[in-house]
Amino acid sequence: MSTTASNTTRSRGKEPAGEKVADWVDGRLGIYSLAKANMRKIFPDHWSFMLGEVCLYSFLIIILTGVYLTLFFHPSMNEVVYHGSYVPLQGQLMSEAFNSTLHISFEVRGGLLIRQIHHWAALIFLAGMFVHMMRVFFTGAFRKPREINWMFGFLLFVLGMFTGFTGYSLPDDLLSGTGVRFMEGAILSVPIIGTYISYFLFGGEFPGHDFVARFYSIHILLLPGIMLGLVVGHLILVFYHKHTQFAGPGKTNNNVVGMPLLPVYMAKAGGFFFLVFGAITAVAAIAQINPIWAIGPYRPDQVSTGAQPDWYMGFSEGLIRTMPGWEINFAGHTLVLGVFIPLMIFPLVLVAIAVYPFLEAWVTGDRREHHILDRPRNVPTRTAFGAAWIAWYFVLLVGGGNDLWATHFHLSINAITWFVRIGFFVVPVLTFVVTKRICLGLQRRDKDKVLHGRESGIIKRLPHGEFIEVHEPLSQEQLYTLTAHHQYEPVEIGPTVDENGVERKVGGTQKLRAKLSSAYYGEDGQISKPTVEEYKEITSGHGHH
Amino acid sequence: MKKLSARRRHPLAAVVVLLLALAATGGLYTAFAPASKAKADDSAQSLTIEEGKKLYEVGCASCHGTGGQGTTDGPSLVGVGAAAVDFQVGTGRMPAQQPGAQIPRKKVIYSQAEIDQLAAYIASLGAGPNVPTKNQYSPEGADIAKGGELFRTNCAQCHNFTGKGGALTHGKFAPDLEGVAPKHIYEAMQTGPQNMPSFPDTTLSSKNKKDIIAYLNAVNSDETQNPGGLELGGLGPVSEGLFAWIFGLGALIAVAVWVAARTAKAKKS
Amino acid sequence: MSSQDIPEENLPAEQDAAHGAVGVADEKNPFADPGLPPHEHRIQDIDERAAKRSERAVALLFTVSMLATIGFIASYVAIPNDKSIYVFPIGHLSAMNFALGLTLGVALFCIGAGAVHWARTLMSDAEIADERHPIEASPEVRAKVHADFKQGAKESAIGRRPLIRNTMLGALTLVPLSGLFLLRDLGPLPKETLRHTLWAKGKRLVNMNTNLPLRPEDVAVGSLTFAKPDGLEETNEDFQTEIAKAALMIVRLQPDNIKDKRELEWSHQGIVAYSKICTHVGCPISLYEQQTHHVLCPCHQSTFDLSDGARVIFGPAGHALPQLRIGVDSEGYLQALGDFEEPVGPAFWERG
Repeated sequence: MSTTASNTTRSRGKEPAGEKVADWVDGRLGIYSLAKANMRKIFPDHWSFMLGEVCLYSFLIIILTGVYLTLFFHPSMNEVVYHGSYVPLQGQLMSEAFNSTLHISFEVRGGLLIRQIHHWAALIFLAGMFVHMMRVFFTGAFRKPREINWMFGFLLFVLGMFTGFTGYSLPDDLLSGTGVRFMEGAILSVPIIGTYISYFLFGGEFPGHDFVARFYSIHILLLPGIMLGLVVGHLILVFYHKHTQFAGPGKTNNNVVGMPLLPVYMAKAGGFFFLVFGAITAVAAIAQINPIWAIGPYRPDQVSTGAQPDWYMGFSEGLIRTMPGWEINFAGHTLVLGVFIPLMIFPLVLVAIAVYPFLEAWVTGDRREHHILDRPRNVPTRTAFGAAWIAWYFVLLVGGGNDLWATHFHLSINAITWFVRIGFFVVPVLTFVVTKRICLGLQRRDKDKVLHGRESGIIKRLPHGEFIEVHEPLSQEQLYTLTAHHQYEPVEIGPTVDENGVERKVGGTQKLRAKLSSAYYGEDGQISKPTVEEYKEITSGHGHH
Repeated sequence: MKKLSARRRHPLAAVVVLLLALAATGGLYTAFAPASKAKADDSAQSLTIEEGKKLYEVGCASCHGTGGQGTTDGPSLVGVGAAAVDFQVGTGRMPAQQPGAQIPRKKVIYSQAEIDQLAAYIASLGAGPNVPTKNQYSPEGADIAKGGELFRTNCAQCHNFTGKGGALTHGKFAPDLEGVAPKHIYEAMQTGPQNMPSFPDTTLSSKNKKDIIAYLNAVNSDETQNPGGLELGGLGPVSEGLFAWIFGLGALIAVAVWVAARTAKAKKS
Repeated sequence: MSSQDIPEENLPAEQDAAHGAVGVADEKNPFADPGLPPHEHRIQDIDERAAKRSERAVALLFTVSMLATIGFIASYVAIPNDKSIYVFPIGHLSAMNFALGLTLGVALFCIGAGAVHWARTLMSDAEIADERHPIEASPEVRAKVHADFKQGAKESAIGRRPLIRNTMLGALTLVPLSGLFLLRDLGPLPKETLRHTLWAKGKRLVNMNTNLPLRPEDVAVGSLTFAKPDGLEETNEDFQTEIAKAALMIVRLQPDNIKDKRELEWSHQGIVAYSKICTHVGCPISLYEQQTHHVLCPCHQSTFDLSDGARVIFGPAGHALPQLRIGVDSEGYLQALGDFEEPVGPAFWERG
């Protein structure tokens, strides 16, 4: 056999030991063909392309520190008396979960550090996913062929929220317990099955003796397991699709320009893991997070003002705080709209942004692959939609923290609540309009730059006394970069009457699509980019300024 | 007489009366002050009340009425007790400067001796809680853990877990308790200033109050230990979230910019 | 940079495709792609001394990391775990946490910084263009896969024998039901428990703070007191579950100030007892403003007017706080005159 022969010849040679090991592995796993495709894989350089890495690394950090924490945490709600070293709690009754968290914080050396790294990394993980998702959104990186990866990313964000929430509830402290109570109240509001879900989740009445243990297995096993699978899938797809890139000289839809995985990205990405880990560790050394000893053990009859969830649940808190208390009683039943409506809007807020790529694909009808990123200004409607969504999200965050806004800015909490109630409807619309205008303005400026050159700052006096500013023509690289984007034409429904005078049926969805398309790509939706003819006419004329 | 009674209704009459009263008080004060020194052995208590009354008439009567019976601008002070005066004036809340949702803590303008005189006068108007003794409010020997439990049951709902304060309706708020003297905390619990409910000894014993003061002393003072580092205002997840975004993710993005930036090129000569 | 470092596909001959060949600006199209700009050298590429400096910087960073790790181990061993130090401007913090965090942070950060500095200054920074290949399969491949699939389907005879197909689908649909049933014992079915609390006729109101039964004279106007039913102790097995429903808030109003007729009837000398559990989602509501008689929920700001039957005057709560009817027993202690007449806490479907 030729392979055996070649193997024997290989082993006889005086290769370095590393190669021998690699040969051995390749003989069993076929790593060479995998390496051939990927070892010199090209990745483009841009800071915003590293946001996903921030998420990936903080996820790894969370897993590492989380495993450490499980070694000391007792997920049990048995009541014990505290005898540890934190004086202001000595002799207090508390659950074993709370007790063991105090033990991790005060008696296990480095335990507090790991706990703080775990929690800070979780907040940064979610914040990183949010920003990464927005980067992908505003640059249009979600377009074909990456829609599935967008969905993977979206699912990771949502699952991350719930993993965070369940983890936050584990220490069974007064703040998280209040959050769990809120969750129970929200579940109870679900028509027909609400009480059943609540009884099944808590093993009976709230709080019962089960929820910490149940949240524990959800937090450390079920959700992270699914997330790990999604992360792996997400990464495989990133490799398979190859990374997107911004338009620029030499960068086309059919190539990817950058530096190879080995060695540059191995060092940069590998190094970045340590940078992220180091930075989060430093934050955990300096800033305290979730000091459960100051918060105290959970008791359903105690509470503190400023009861908020971690930031990523803040928008749902805003929804619930600002909703009017509607309640309908009929035929012996209660429909708790004041809680149930926010509970239903909560997923809608997220889904609104998640399904956007499919809406846009439907409007454009574009079936091509897209590997060149959009500059947000070149797609004003999408950018305006994204900005409106962020504004919406932010208004709800303000609502979720209304009490702190009130105390820190000396405002009335009732006034803030009313602002959020109105802002919920008004702010996104305003943001949409303003953002679209700004985008169109920036497009006009780009067009001016292409046609008239950039302002050089040099003032020249003409013989007849007029002062002008000299405009320098752009380099060809810049001209190409500013004109490389594709502009869609609005979809036409076409004549509703065919050649023979017979009326053609036009469906409602088709009409809607045409309407949306003209909003996107009609005269109000974009500034037509400069054409070669316009450019030639101006440049051939005398003295462009 | 008819003329006089008509003029009494004049809008400026109150001002004139006030001025006259002020002048009279000032005159009386100069007239009596040296004399009272001479009669040092006279009943010190009634003298203090006298002094307090004078201070009251100058600084407080315009809102609380000349006999402490209250007006539309200020509540009746009959029966609020010395503790309430010591708290209100001792934390600078009284005299109030301007109307608002709530009268905040300010610079104290009376000396402790003057506050004691005022307190004695108000206490003479009707029985109420006395100013606590040091023995009552001193945190020494109190049960901090029990104080924590009591604080979470009775106080944290408005003042936050460790007494950082919080919002109430329509611009009112529960203030931060850091730096508030133990005596004033005790008095506040006892008397229930402004919208704060009172926690009289019948429902929150003197020992309980002491425990609460000791707890606050442990968790909300200059000496408070925050093992994990920056306290971030002690406000919980909102400030933590802001910190994670600005300093956590912000720092990481700054690092990412450095990692992805082009290395400087050698200059073309 | 020596030529061996350049991979084959990036040798000058190969690069033409990406560089320049697409379009030198011509008369026809001034916006044409000029192709990848020529690679410019960094100072480290042409000046060996600069490269040496970078090398030393990288090595220094790695060395700092090693020292920091030693510092970490030293801190772990040497610092007492309960030692507190003052660090300006952070405050009093745990010496252990601070030392371990900073040393570990530096140790990790320096490895990263070293690696990135190495990559940025010493590894080749020549940009390489990699071809993309269409993801969609060619028509031949597509046809082949479809044909294979049809062949497989045909050989399995799934289309021809619907009985097999249908029973298989049925079996697969039914089998998860077992899993669903296994979840049944997660908890009991909701019964009437949400409607009842420990309060009953004759139960004394016990002060949360002192653990003593309350007398009417203990409760002053403007004060706020929390109570639990007599017999419920913190050490009880089901304390948490019971107190989650039974927690009581007691205030005394001037009887003239009580606007609601039923509230007055259910009070005792102006003393009213309301559930402490918010009717919105169950936070212990108790931000009592004694001048306005409003009580605010710290979680979602539902505001109730205690002088008017605790009706909702602001916020997301849907109905008033339940009131407990109270009186005085023969020994002069406050007692309940029955359970709450409606369920306490958040509303639910069966509440009615």
